[in-house]
Amino acid sequence: MTIVYVPGDSAARSIGADEVATLIAAHAAKAGIDIELRRNGSRGALWLETLVEVDNGAGRYAYGPVNPSDVDSLFTSDFLNLGTHPLALGKSDEIEWLATQDRLTFARVGIIEPLSLSQYEAHGGLTGLRAALLHKDVVGEVLASGLRGRGGAGFPAGIKWRTVLEAAGDQKYVVCNADEGDSGTFADRMLMEGDPFTLIEGMAIAGIAVGATYGYIYIRSEYPSAIEVMNKAIEVARSAGVLGEKILESKKSFDLEVRAGAGSYVCGEETAMLESLEGKRGMVRPKPPLPALSGLFGKPTVINNVLTLASVPAILKDGAKSYQDRGVDRSRGTQVFQLGGNIARGGIVETGFGISLNDMITRFGGGTLTGRPIKAVQVGGPLGAYLSADQLDVPLDYEALASVGAMLGHGGIVVFDQSVNMLQQARFAMEFCAEESCGKCTPCRIGSIRGVEVIDRIIAGQEREKNLELLNDLCDLMTEGSLCAMGGLTPLPVRSALVNFPLEEVSK
Amino acid sequence: MKHLTWTDAAALEVVREHAGKPGPMLLTLQALQERFGYVATSFLPSIATELNVSRAEVHGVLTYYSDFRTTPPAPHQIHLCVAEACQALGVRDVEQDLAAAGFKVGERSIDGSTDVVGMYCLGNCALGPAAQVDGNLCGRVSAKSLIAQVSS
Repeated sequence: MTIVYVPGDSAARSIGADEVATLIAAHAAKAGIDIELRRNGSRGALWLETLVEVDNGAGRYAYGPVNPSDVDSLFTSDFLNLGTHPLALGKSDEIEWLATQDRLTFARVGIIEPLSLSQYEAHGGLTGLRAALLHKDVVGEVLASGLRGRGGAGFPAGIKWRTVLEAAGDQKYVVCNADEGDSGTFADRMLMEGDPFTLIEGMAIAGIAVGATYGYIYIRSEYPSAIEVMNKAIEVARSAGVLGEKILESKKSFDLEVRAGAGSYVCGEETAMLESLEGKRGMVRPKPPLPALSGLFGKPTVINNVLTLASVPAILKDGAKSYQDRGVDRSRGTQVFQLGGNIARGGIVETGFGISLNDMITRFGGGTLTGRPIKAVQVGGPLGAYLSADQLDVPLDYEALASVGAMLGHGGIVVFDQSVNMLQQARFAMEFCAEESCGKCTPCRIGSIRGVEVIDRIIAGQEREKNLELLNDLCDLMTEGSLCAMGGLTPLPVRSALVNFPLEEVSK
Repeated sequence: MKHLTWTDAAALEVVREHAGKPGPMLLTLQALQERFGYVATSFLPSIATELNVSRAEVHGVLTYYSDFRTTPPAPHQIHLCVAEACQALGVRDVEQDLAAAGFKVGERSIDGSTDVVGMYCLGNCALGPAAQVDGNLCGRVSAKSLIAQVSS
């Protein structure tokens, strides 16, 4: 039977995928054609959504971007038998934008139906967990892979795991940070919606590795579809014996549950997240103690981002070396970049570290959506630096970005065209910090408000030199004196917006 | 999103469903809001008693998180993303157009139909400007497309 794939990812649905699916089903029924309609995740080429795929036995062929109004003509062109159509893209796997990527963490996203455990296994799922159950030193394997935390800080995952493994405690936890609050990032969401079992498998492996028997996934409330899919996937995994007592008929136990956030950006900071999981105000805890030693409910806790944990099954499946072989220097493996903002071809680009920002934006991104020249690119979310059009040669890896005063963060890349006003962006960074600060430390709570005021005076042209100096001092204070990255990194977008762009341009 | 009318008796049942779980406060408040659309501040002492915490702690959590509301919601909700990626695609203009049509961000619309909320990031950054209308994610939005959805 012909299989038709229409993504059920919420981004695809945000521009009409549900309507496309309904129309295709109705059309086929009316014409008396038997099709199997599958709602896969999104392949991440969001500029091609709704990306409809047809498999009538000769592999998957793509059509996109399909609007509901295109469905009639698709049937007229007999697309179910791969008829030619202006939206025909040929074999899905040969679409250059996808074919030139290195999909490791996102290997199954957009390929399988998210809640089908059999499809998951048919595409290599659970191999990593089975390997982990027989492995003597899972932590050593993860350590050897060089996997670094994908949430933003880039801390080596293996070292964190080893600390938890060696910590004494009757109860240990694995917590997945799915509070993906950075503007310009959506990889966690797409992975959870498109391949939830990978995350479950990664967390189960982490549990086995460090001796934790229970896990929590903290998902932001802004992602209702991800929460729904993860909850269903946990149910499926539990009834199939992948979670619960004696997982996969071994002697190990691991179970987990989803907890939803409640609209606080700072809860993406790991200690604030722990407070929130404990049901309290999401305020940052001072470190030490490290969460690895005293984390959730005071117990040793592994905290990793969605992408970090979702990379683990592949490491156990193919070995540390296969992962280690990808990337450059101390940035090993692949990185899931997210192209957003004013970009012609936005979406998920997973590739080895080291690709230049320029290559990413032009070769994959196709320049701006508006067609106007690029003026600024913000890398790494609202706490990341703004780079100007002449700084785009920088390779995308942790160290190279640090050398130009930028950071990779969670891999979000937001492009702006010439219409952006950099002084307004600097102001927004302070405004965002003021809005989202947890209030625990003074430099962040008060500094951000003073920051907005000082920038307002600069915008108004009041004693510009003096106020720029004052802003600089304030940025120093926030960088040095804040308890966490919220206040500590807000100066990064602020300063870069002023330093990397000519002031006369700024002052417009 | 159909909400029940608040009664303290029904609310108490909701609280008791969650009171035994580890770290139950956030879960409890979320469950109350899901059921009734808001959390009545007059009920705060009962939550404190049931969860064995102080009233100050309940108040602290309720007011810390931007999701919680203490008054009944309008029939429709628009959550408009005003963060960087959507700024790059002109969400500031969408905001102005919405305001001009009586749908000012941060307020209830003049016709009373809709709460318009500005927020940071819905994870639809490649298809911005993005918004959530009654819980459904929308991409490439304009003031016109948003108002059409809450008017139908």
